[in-house]
Amino acid sequence: MTTFNLTETTASKISSTLTRLRHQMGAPAVGMVLTLVTVVDEAGQYDALRAATDAAREHPSRILVVIKRDSAEGDRLDAEVRVGESSPGEVVLLRLYGELTGHADSVIRPLLLTDTPVVAWWPGEAPALPAKDPIGALAGRRITDAKAASDGIAAIRSRAESYVPGDTDMAWTRLTPWRSLLAAAFDLPVGQVEGGVVEGASGNPSGPLLAAWLSDRLDAPIDVAESGGPGLTRVRLRLKDGGELVVSRTDARLATLSRPGQPDRRVALARRPTSELLAEELRRLDPDEVYGTSIRRLAAISGREGR
Amino acid sequence: MTEQQAPGTGATPGETAGAPETGTGTETGTGINAETNAEIGADVSVETAILAAAQAATAATTEQLVAANPLRDPRDKRLPRVAGPCVLVLFGVTGDLAKRKLLPAIYDLGNRGLLPPGFSLVGFARRDWAHEDFAQVTYEAVKEHARTPFREEVWKQLSEGIHFCPGEFHDDGAFDVLSMMLKEIDETRGTGGNYAFYLAVPPKFFPTVIEQLKRTGLAQAPDGSWRRVVIEKPFGHDLKSARELNAITSAVFPEKSVFRIDHYLGKETVQNILALRFANTLYEPIWNRGYVDHVQITMAEDIGVGGRAGYYDGIGAARDVIQNHLLQLLALVAMEDPTSFDADALRREKEKVLRAVRLPADLATGTARGQYLGGWQGGEPVVGYLEEQGISPDSATETYAAVRLEVANRRWAGVPFYLRTGKRLSRRMTEVAIVFQRAPHLPFSTDDTEILGQNALVIRVQPDEGITVRFGSKVPGSAMEVRDVNMDFAYGESFMESSPEAYERLLLDVLIGDPPLFPHQREVELSWTILDPVEEFWASNGKPEGYASGTWGPASADEMLARDGRAWRRL
Repeated sequence: MTTFNLTETTASKISSTLTRLRHQMGAPAVGMVLTLVTVVDEAGQYDALRAATDAAREHPSRILVVIKRDSAEGDRLDAEVRVGESSPGEVVLLRLYGELTGHADSVIRPLLLTDTPVVAWWPGEAPALPAKDPIGALAGRRITDAKAASDGIAAIRSRAESYVPGDTDMAWTRLTPWRSLLAAAFDLPVGQVEGGVVEGASGNPSGPLLAAWLSDRLDAPIDVAESGGPGLTRVRLRLKDGGELVVSRTDARLATLSRPGQPDRRVALARRPTSELLAEELRRLDPDEVYGTSIRRLAAISGREGR
Repeated sequence: MTEQQAPGTGATPGETAGAPETGTGTETGTGINAETNAEIGADVSVETAILAAAQAATAATTEQLVAANPLRDPRDKRLPRVAGPCVLVLFGVTGDLAKRKLLPAIYDLGNRGLLPPGFSLVGFARRDWAHEDFAQVTYEAVKEHARTPFREEVWKQLSEGIHFCPGEFHDDGAFDVLSMMLKEIDETRGTGGNYAFYLAVPPKFFPTVIEQLKRTGLAQAPDGSWRRVVIEKPFGHDLKSARELNAITSAVFPEKSVFRIDHYLGKETVQNILALRFANTLYEPIWNRGYVDHVQITMAEDIGVGGRAGYYDGIGAARDVIQNHLLQLLALVAMEDPTSFDADALRREKEKVLRAVRLPADLATGTARGQYLGGWQGGEPVVGYLEEQGISPDSATETYAAVRLEVANRRWAGVPFYLRTGKRLSRRMTEVAIVFQRAPHLPFSTDDTEILGQNALVIRVQPDEGITVRFGSKVPGSAMEVRDVNMDFAYGESFMESSPEAYERLLLDVLIGDPPLFPHQREVELSWTILDPVEEFWASNGKPEGYASGTWGPASADEMLARDGRAWRRL
């Protein structure tokens, strides 16, 4: 891994450093498929970057990390350029000071890979309107994470207001294995579902979201209940023909699927690290319409509850 | 519903009656049968039978399921294609294929969340094993060969469904035990009577195994459930034997339930040939005799015959590789665009192009064959084919085969397709190279373009999957010198870990029941029709020419191209 520190620099200097490093390493061909812009604070930088570089093994990318520092200081741009054998792409950490913190897009724009998708990711607090954010506006795909917000439930409920096709949230990504297992359980028809409940750790935004998706697809009221966690622990669906379809997971790794008239079956249902979540997000870059429908449903449910 | 109860309930007593005597034959079998008998005796109430029938009736095709399942939505692309509840019965679990490819591929599918809840794996082999022993074998195979990282919870899920049935193929008792075992698995794991039988055994056992499946009624799917059989190449050794083999399977299984595995078709790069050709506008306009000079399809191996001596001798390179892999590659490269990507449309186009394949008029100059001699391969001394263990010293089996084919249609008339394959060549490499004609006029002096070759588009199948485009470029400097350069698209680079093993894809397709990537019997027969005259010609014309190990094959193969004013690509 070659690291280059550039202080008080500009985007064009960073760009030429990247080109120079690539040629020095003897790999002038660019095999990168997208630019990932990560907006994060100094404290979250390390974890976010780790996840991003891991995800880059599946999707070689140019990773731009935008860290906004003290806006009271003089205007300055510091950059750390990393190109190495360990990761297939390129990493640039950008630290913005002074008034520049309000103009991050001016630094990002010249550093985007030509004619390939741009993905913006906020691992921490996200802007209220991701698509209107200067960096979000550059991206075709905007990934937020309601779980990282101070009030995760409120955050996921409010996503519908700002939703623009191309938005997505990690709280939704975390649900894929659950949704996949539930869908597989429904491959053998179970008849009408009368209602149900999703149980999960308190404050976990994925719980209400899963309930919203289920209630939208099954056209039945699905409640949310709190449990000790970790993460989601159980989905119970009350069947019209009697009995319940239950998926429960108490150890965050192995789930049990039970349904009337059938033996219980255990299925791996592990919580996944951020890198895998991110890799899943980067696999499909078209708008996730089902997510859109689900958060709208969630907003409608919350609205009815008089929130 | 009421009609479907009958086979379910009716079959049970008959099977139970046959079981005790057979079960006692092996120590592992006894326990299973005692349990099964107890359960079936006590529990087969009308309710369970109705339930089983209902499950069976509803476990129909994938499309119907998707349509019926309220949680599935075609727009929901995050949800993977997951197979329905089923059992995979693996014959030949002790073989190399099972250990190195199949068992790891099953784990990898599980790790990617693509196996259904309750998925069960039954191993069948002549070993005195208990379920745990087979689980241990699977565990070791997974640990050693799986592509994805080992995760305890995935293993737990998988190991709960692992069963083993000891026995020999001609032993009726063993198959009765198997049949009981599968019924029990349906009860305990909810697999709904859906079984896939994977015959990872030499073809000489096919008739016995298939006859046993027929006898025990395992080949016969009750309404709404499915039974599939998976067979591996070789699909015969000539047209006649291929038909005989097919007669055996088709007497028991309908064609749509027979999945013939050509693992090349499961490779991402091979599937990408279709994407490259039919998802782009860039290549199709030049994909014809107007621009293409010739096509070279190569599968080179650096290894010798090794442990496959018994099978290989008398079969040879052409039957082993050209008949299936290379002709399939040719079909994908040369076919017209299918109307859709469903199995019928795709197979129809492949058949059309295989039907249009023409052999050279003179087989003596239009084909070449060789047999490797001792020598040095990659820095190691190696023995010649005739000195290999298990090979008769006067064997006339070819280890190198090359053939010049033409495709007699409007698109390809006059464009030769050169196919070659061999063992103990310089390196391991499989590729398809489309070599284009030279530019009709070069406005440069001949000196400047002296070393400019022909443009080429190369689909690298293995190793280092990807696509290379070769074209002329100016050498930097004051002179106008034009030279060939390569432009690379490496799969490893752009989509690194998303490239699953061929067997993962194919196994999943078998369990889902998605046949486009499996050759149809008609394709198999057409391929033999192409190859049979060559084999007959060779059989009546002496022995193959020797070539030194670690080189690119016999001189006659080079001469074959030289006569056309061409040369093999140096790989």
